[in-house]
Amino acid sequence: MVSHPRFYWGETGNIHTPTLFKLPIPASRNLVPTGYGYVLPDQNGWSRYLHFQSAWVVVLTGLLYAIYGFVTGHFGRDLLPDRTGLSARALRIAIAKNLRLERPSAAEAGSYNALQRLTYLFVIFVLFPLVIWTGLAMSPAFVSAVPAAVTLLGGQQSARTIHFFVSLFLLAFLLIHIVMVFRAGFRSRMRAMITGNAGTTMERT
Amino acid sequence: MSDLSRRKLITTGLAAAAGVTGLGFATRAAQKYGLIPPDHGGIYGLGETLNYASQRLLTRHSLAREFAPAQISKIPVANEIAPPTEAFKRLQTGGFADWRLAVSGMVERPASYSLAQLKSYPSRSQITQIACEEGWSYIAEWIGVPLSHVLEIAGIQPQAKYVVYSSIDPEWWDSIDMADALHPQTFLAYGMNGGEIPVGNGGPLRMRVPRQLGYKSVKFITSLTVTDNLKAFGKGLGSASPEGGYAWYAGI
Repeated sequence: MVSHPRFYWGETGNIHTPTLFKLPIPASRNLVPTGYGYVLPDQNGWSRYLHFQSAWVVVLTGLLYAIYGFVTGHFGRDLLPDRTGLSARALRIAIAKNLRLERPSAAEAGSYNALQRLTYLFVIFVLFPLVIWTGLAMSPAFVSAVPAAVTLLGGQQSARTIHFFVSLFLLAFLLIHIVMVFRAGFRSRMRAMITGNAGTTMERT
Repeated sequence: MSDLSRRKLITTGLAAAAGVTGLGFATRAAQKYGLIPPDHGGIYGLGETLNYASQRLLTRHSLAREFAPAQISKIPVANEIAPPTEAFKRLQTGGFADWRLAVSGMVERPASYSLAQLKSYPSRSQITQIACEEGWSYIAEWIGVPLSHVLEIAGIQPQAKYVVYSSIDPEWWDSIDMADALHPQTFLAYGMNGGEIPVGNGGPLRMRVPRQLGYKSVKFITSLTVTDNLKAFGKGLGSASPEGGYAWYAGI
């Protein structure tokens, strides 16, 4: 991204082709005419190694989580919103509560509300699969074996552009998630995440 | 804390132990089938090994995507990665008539080929995409002789595992395994878009490895060395790329 802060749509894109949009930052390569007259230091080598190693961690733990979620019925029980939660009135109340930055009550600690459920489902079943798919679609070796992975997206540069936006969404999800965990009570939420027990009876704060 | 029962802890412990033992077996199998890249050491070695091993299993014979003539990029990007050396400029003055490609190492008939000789072999062409790790890409028609054809003429010995290739600038060298070296789309390319390859795009002779990123398609090729071990080349990491911090395997 920093080595070539220009984004395109379609199969190819380079300094001689029109962009979809440009990021207003200097590049780490002097090939790109950014207009800033400044070239950032090149950090691509280790970043790429780290990126792909982290991708394996995401894919492998994600697979385990998905298998666990389906086998134990976690997705259906805890994440699929029920009809009452999805009613216009219930959603309006949930959104209003969030907008007023209201802290969740103790009664809500044991399960997710409809907004949370929809967000988690979107992250688990749309954003993560999409970020992995668009990432693989940029691999010249992978698409030699599975060409549809890139042709369905409209080309290698389209894949890169979608990958960029999906990673922004994931980053936003992560940051907002952390902020909300702090607001809901950091210690009790961390305990709930690690032990899998919301345990309102154990609340000491 | 009733959820964290002893049974759960024991099961998790056993699973972890099985995982570690499995990793040991996997390492031995991977070594046997040539799935360990030369830059497997260091903190990113595991990710690099998983990339190379999984893609090699998936893509041993697959063909890089080819495009229609209408999709050829109007201006092929000519980035100045290696400023041509004095030796290069001398050869350029002579119209590259004295350009030689030396083939050595584990071959029956070490030899040196002129461009004219390479051009006398059956030529092939491909319209493929060259994607740079920086993020840009272009499509061009590449004309050349498949590397496998030259290796066949030189007679590779059965224990060969890698082909090391070097640019006229000795700082810029790389290597590929035999799956890529014998791949029908891996070319010693001397033509582009119906003409000669411009110097900015690697002329007069460029390696073309379309199933990997652009940096494996080294420009200004002057030598090929067939080997079964990359330890003796440079720092033993397989190519100049890992020495500069980049992965040896660039299929991703």
